Amino acid sequence: MRLVILDNYDLASEWAAKYIRNRIVQFKPSADRYFTLGLPTGSTPLGCYKKLIEYHKNGDMSFKYVKTFNMDEYVGLPRDHPESYHSYMWNNFFKYIDIDPANAHILDGNAADLQKECELFEQKIADARGIELFVGGIGPDGHIAFNEPGSSLVSRTRVKTLAQDTILANARFFGNDLSKVPTMTLTVGVGTVMDAREVLILITGAHKAFALYKAIEEGVNHMWTVSAFQQHPRTIFVCDEDATLELRVKTVKYFQGLMHVHNKLVDPLHSIRAYKD
Amino acid sequence: MPSNKSVSEEPITQFVNCRILKDHQLQREDLWVREGKILNPEKLFFDEEGYADHQVDCESKILAPGFIDVQINGGYGVDFSQGCDVRGGVALVSKRLLEHGVTSFCPTLVTSPPHIYHKVLPEMEVHDGGAEGAGVLGVHLEGPFISREKRGAHPEHCLRSFQQGSLTDLLEVYGSLDNVSIVTLAPELPGSPTVIQELVKMGVTVSLGHSVADLSQAEQAVQQGATFITHLFNAMLPFHHRDPGIVGLLTSDQLPPNCTVFYGMIADGIHTNPAALRIAHRAHPSGLVLVTDAITAMGLPPGHHTLGQQHIQIDGLHAYVAGTNTLCGSIATMDMCVRHFRKASGCSVEAALEAASLHPAQLLGISQHKGTLDYGSDADFVLLDDSLHVKATYIGGEEVWRK
Repeated sequence: MRLVILDNYDLASEWAAKYIRNRIVQFKPSADRYFTLGLPTGSTPLGCYKKLIEYHKNGDMSFKYVKTFNMDEYVGLPRDHPESYHSYMWNNFFKYIDIDPANAHILDGNAADLQKECELFEQKIADARGIELFVGGIGPDGHIAFNEPGSSLVSRTRVKTLAQDTILANARFFGNDLSKVPTMTLTVGVGTVMDAREVLILITGAHKAFALYKAIEEGVNHMWTVSAFQQHPRTIFVCDEDATLELRVKTVKYFQGLMHVHNKLVDPLHSIRAYKD
Repeated sequence: MPSNKSVSEEPITQFVNCRILKDHQLQREDLWVREGKILNPEKLFFDEEGYADHQVDCESKILAPGFIDVQINGGYGVDFSQGCDVRGGVALVSKRLLEHGVTSFCPTLVTSPPHIYHKVLPEMEVHDGGAEGAGVLGVHLEGPFISREKRGAHPEHCLRSFQQGSLTDLLEVYGSLDNVSIVTLAPELPGSPTVIQELVKMGVTVSLGHSVADLSQAEQAVQQGATFITHLFNAMLPFHHRDPGIVGLLTSDQLPPNCTVFYGMIADGIHTNPAALRIAHRAHPSGLVLVTDAITAMGLPPGHHTLGQQHIQIDGLHAYVAGTNTLCGSIATMDMCVRHFRKASGCSVEAALEAASLHPAQLLGISQHKGTLDYGSDADFVLLDDSLHVKATYIGGEEVWRK
C-alpha cells in the first residue's frame, strides 16, 4: 500500500482530489471508454468533493465521460430526504459538475426487491467494465462502506443491518431521535471494492486513528474490514497527521520519508486544457 | 438528450451565477425552469436523468420572485376608474409595470358611480402575464362602501352604505363580482358583518380601510373573515393608546387562531413617516405588504391630471387633490417602494423583497404558485442588483423586460 500523510484535513483532501484529477485526466476518457469511479459519502470526503468541483469550475477537469458508483444508501428512507445519500451526492457533488445523470449510479433503498437491486448494481458495474478507482472512507469501527465488523471479506453488494454503534453515530442527523434512524442499508461488499483496479481510502481525524492502526498494522481480519485491502495490489491510504496517532512511529516515519515519491503522483498536475489544443 | 423525456419533452433552462431568495434567505443556488414553472433539479437528475438544455448567466445578481402590487389605480396617463378604453389602458400599464419588477397586479377602482363599474369590470379579466405585460390577478374595489369622514380623495356623491346588508347591495353597485380579488370597505357601516362573510365565502379578500372603526369593530370584521388593511395609517383613525383603532389589529389578541392580518403600506416616503413605518414593521413584520397605490400620473411629468371623478396636481413625488393638501395617491413605483422600505426600516434585503412578493401572494391565497421560488411555482421573477434596482423581469421563465 501507499500511506500518504498530510499535515491536516484540508491538505489531505486536496492531495486526494489532485490524485483523482490526475487519474481521470490522464486516462483521457471518451464516449467509447468511460472512467468508472467509486464514491463515498460522510463528512470525510466533503473537502475532496469541494476541490474536485473547483477543478471542474476552473475548466481543468470534466466528468462528462465519467461513470460513478456510490458505495451505499439507506433502506426505506425517501430519496428526497435530506439525509439520504442521493441528497448528499446531489447537494455536495452532482449539482456542480457536468456528469450525465444516466451515469451516476446510486443503490435504490426503496426498490421493491432489494436483493434484485443489489444484483442489478453488481451487473451495472460489470457492464461498465469494472471500477477503475474506488474512493472510500473508514468508519471508527474499521468498516468500509457499510460492511460492519463480521462482514465477509469476499462479500458482494447486499442488504446489511447496521451495528448499534453506527446507528448511534448517525442519530445526530435525525434530530437525535433513534427511532428515526434507518437500521438497514444496501452496500457494496468488501469483495466488490476489492475488484476495483485501484482503491483510495481517505482517513482523517483522531477518532479514526485506532481503526487505521487495526487496518494496516494488524492482520487481515473481518472485524476490521478495511484490513482486507492489505491484499489489494493497488491501494492508497490518504490521511492527516491526527489519523496516524495510533500508528508506530517507525511506520509513520517510513511513509513520511516516501512523500517525495508520492508527490510525483500529483505533481505535475494535469488538466484537460492541455488536451484541448 | 437532456432527459429521458419520461415527464416532458419541453426545454429546460438553468439560471446560474445568481443569488436566489429561497426559504427566506438569499442563497447561491441555480434556478431551473421548464414550461413556465420552477423545476426541482434533484428530481430532474434522479427521476428523469435530465439536465439543462441551456443556461442563462445572471452575472451574480439577486433573483427574487416577481413583485405583486395589490393596489394600483393606473399610471402612464391611464386611470382605471375612467371607463374609456379599459382593455387598452390595462394593457399599457401592465406592459410598463414590467420595468418596475411587477409581474402580477390588482388594478384598483376608486369609489365610482355604478355605470363605471358595470362598464369596466367585465373588461378587466383575470389573465396570466407574459411578454405583453404583468398578469392581472383580479380587481381591487376600493369603495364605495366607505366612511364619509375618511373618504380621502374619493368623491362624496358616490359613497354608499349597505341597504340590505348582503351581497345584493354590492351586485347593485358593481354589477358582478367576477374578476374581483379584493374589496375595501368600512366595517362600521351597518350591515357589514354579513357582507364580509358572504364576500369571504366567494373567495374575495376583504380589506378594511377609509374607515372610522374602533379596534373592537375592526376585530369583529377580522373575525368575520377580513384579512387586509388598506394603506395602514392613511384614511383611518390615528392610533390612540386607549383605542388603537384599525392600527391595533397589528397586535390584537382577539384574532381567530392561525389568522394573519396583512396590511398595505405605501412606502414612498410621503404617505407614512419612516418612524411610523418602523413601528408597524416591528410590531408585525410578517403582515407587511408593500403597495404603490399609484395613480394615473405615475410615470408622467409634473402637472394637472385626472383620477376617477377628481382632479389632481403633481408636485415632485407628491400628488394632491387639486387646490387642497389632501394626498390622493402616490407616484412611486414598486421597486422604489422596496428600496425605500429597506432603507427606512433597516430590514434585510430578504424581508424587503418578501414584503413585495411573498406577503401579497399569501394575502391573496396564491402563494402555492406565486410570490415564491419554490419548486412548482410559476417562474415569475426579477433580477436585481445589490441596491435593488431591477435589471430584468421574467414571466413564466421567459425574459419580458431587460434594462
